[in-house]
Amino acid sequence: MESKKNTFKRRTMLYIPGNNPAMLQQGSVYGADGVLLDLEDAVALNQKDSARILVSHMLKYISYEACEVTVRVNHIDTPFGLDDLKQIVPLQPDAIRLPKVETLDEISRIIKLVEEIEDEHNLPHDKMNIHVMIETALGVQNVYDIAKYSPRIDAISIGGQDLAADMQLVKANDGVGIDYARKQIVMAAKACKIDVFDTVYVDVENEEGLREEAEYIKKLGFTGKAIINPRQIEIVNEVFTPTEQEIRKAVKIVKAFERNKKEGIGVFAVDGKMVDAPVVQRALRVLEMADIELADL
Amino acid sequence: MKNILQRDIPQELEGIGVLEPFEGAFTKLKKGWMEEATVPPPNKAKLPHSNKVCDNLREAIIKTQPKNGMTVSFHHHLRAGDSILVESIKILADLGIKDITLASSSLTSAHVGILPYLKDGTITQIYSSGIRGELGKALAEGVLPKPFVIHSHGGRVRAVHTGRINIDLTVLAASASDIEGNATGSHGPSAFGSMGYAAIDSWYAKQVIVVSDNIVDYPCVPQSVSQNYIDYVVKVDSIGDPSKIAGGTTRITKAPMDLQIARLAAQVIEHSGELKDGFSFQVGAGGASLAVAKYIRKTMKRREIKGSFILGGITSYGVDMLNEGLFRSIFDVQSFDAAVSSSLINNPFHIEIPAGLYANPFNCGCMTNKLDVVVLGALEIDTDFNVNVITGSEGYVRGASGGHSDTASGANLTVAVCPSFRGRIPIVKENVHTIVTPGESIDVLVTERGICVNPKRPDLKENLVKSGIIVKDIKDLAKEVEQITGKAKPIENEDRIVGVVEYRDGTIIDVIRQVKQ
Repeated sequence: MESKKNTFKRRTMLYIPGNNPAMLQQGSVYGADGVLLDLEDAVALNQKDSARILVSHMLKYISYEACEVTVRVNHIDTPFGLDDLKQIVPLQPDAIRLPKVETLDEISRIIKLVEEIEDEHNLPHDKMNIHVMIETALGVQNVYDIAKYSPRIDAISIGGQDLAADMQLVKANDGVGIDYARKQIVMAAKACKIDVFDTVYVDVENEEGLREEAEYIKKLGFTGKAIINPRQIEIVNEVFTPTEQEIRKAVKIVKAFERNKKEGIGVFAVDGKMVDAPVVQRALRVLEMADIELADL
Repeated sequence: MKNILQRDIPQELEGIGVLEPFEGAFTKLKKGWMEEATVPPPNKAKLPHSNKVCDNLREAIIKTQPKNGMTVSFHHHLRAGDSILVESIKILADLGIKDITLASSSLTSAHVGILPYLKDGTITQIYSSGIRGELGKALAEGVLPKPFVIHSHGGRVRAVHTGRINIDLTVLAASASDIEGNATGSHGPSAFGSMGYAAIDSWYAKQVIVVSDNIVDYPCVPQSVSQNYIDYVVKVDSIGDPSKIAGGTTRITKAPMDLQIARLAAQVIEHSGELKDGFSFQVGAGGASLAVAKYIRKTMKRREIKGSFILGGITSYGVDMLNEGLFRSIFDVQSFDAAVSSSLINNPFHIEIPAGLYANPFNCGCMTNKLDVVVLGALEIDTDFNVNVITGSEGYVRGASGGHSDTASGANLTVAVCPSFRGRIPIVKENVHTIVTPGESIDVLVTERGICVNPKRPDLKENLVKSGIIVKDIKDLAKEVEQITGKAKPIENEDRIVGVVEYRDGTIIDVIRQVKQ
């Protein structure tokens, strides 16, 4: 079974607590590429059922416009996980996010459950995507096997706060302790040709710190970043959107490639620098990120 | 009779007289002059070296020979920190004066202390550009025997010129004054910046008292009001609460919704065709409106654009843009924070202007006529783009006309910014409760759920669409909002008219009826 092709940009995914009606209602207006309606850590234990009911209603009645809608359910081994799946899966959001996935056995068990629920409701298995969150050292070690388990898994994300806790890191804010995990997770995602989200940046007042971190994780290869405050969206979107200069350069490369291709030339120079297939591929990615169609060039 | 916006306006109203219905933003101005006669300023005389200084405010007020039926005016430059207005009214009440018309350029939360004097007949009518809180509630419930009048800042100047507001006594607070009454708000412990709204009162009031907590050596320099208009000077311990008169610097909102609306509004301005070298700019002092300045500042730097002037109510954010060379000058009718005062006194390109130069429609060109872009808030906006900034969702008076209609009529591009709904209350809707600014003056509405261009501006719509901005029909946006909030029940009113909203040219754009209790 093939998963559907992701048509959403994934620069920013805004976390919204599942028990906050106002925020759930307004989630799509802040410019994030996706919203994550959270039933897990953002919701207190005594609010779990009300959040589940509220999110279910929101999925039915609120339009999230062009935003990708993902619901994070509680872990299947908690008292809430199965009820979350039973309530949310039939509503088929764009994706469902599974927290703290650690082993192949675990992911296979959950996906089986999801598909049983879908069968009960006569729903296809290829509509709703599945995102896995890696938040423990064991999960990091197993990430490639987890990510490649099913074609329905079209994104992985790293949960930095939980991972730091699992690794018993005292000081986690500088990201040094989770750096290896970030790189390992990116590599697993790239090997499976799926998207990969970075963890949240918790200091919402520190805009410069957020920009630095976003620039760093972009260099590592992340597709985008989880966001905990709407004020963070603009900065991360900016970092993950190609600049005018980058776009001009990419256009030049792609145009030169098309010209040379007709003449059977595979390697050529643009502005004195060698261009070959990987450079063209990167230029195409820049144009894709800038929403520029090849036909328009 | 109905005015051009189909609002019912009586031909005459007891306590005001004959009412002229609103006929369009420029109908009266097209003639090139004002038909109403103007009143002359008073003639006064003082002997050389006579003493204007009084021991206290009470003594000064007694010297002005107050009488029943008088009109007393104030400026609102001390904002929420003002103590002089309430103190003056208390003195007049104590002297047994009744039937006062209160004509303050605006009323703030500092003025709730006059409420007992509305109830006991001391004050029987109010002219103001804004009314809020308990006062607004009481007025909408009909506490006054005569209808109150909401005017714009420019319209107030016109009303003083025509004698509609005929000021017998004005009490003007200043942060520094000399013994002759040369006074300013630009320095002193209670500095509040420009005194732009006070100038007209000093020129036209039959009696003028300057009150200050800071009497400086003669001559007080610079001076916003000059000694040749001043009858009495009073030194007081305090003109109000300094922390509420002028806080340090105005901060840009952190509210995500306001920031999002501001970001969209800045994109609209950038692609409207107005953002170019030499452009002039005005924003409000709060919420999404001020936040637009943050994004415009970034855009101007990125595109290396140099503007000509910033106008109106000035914040430290505007001062920063002047100091960075993004604008050549500031014309300041009202300052919003302490940082502005020091700029006003130290920077020759930061210029204090009186309200008439700012916004009076009847002169040879107020500065709002030179505006390229203004960003304004809204309590409600209807599908014809008419804006309410004066009455809230329960019908109570809780806002200010201020310079809204003045700047909206003058600017090439008037951008209204507001959320499409607040809580469960729709803001974009079929009909607004009270019209302050006519839809013909609003070019574009920016909300978090859509950008709507007034159909009278197809050129603007074309510019925005070309740049990739999605433009919605305002009627579709109103429907979308209604689907989220449901349809709000109309506010229930009595028939009695308790207030009128005067357009800047003196015509009546709407009336405010008594809220049913």
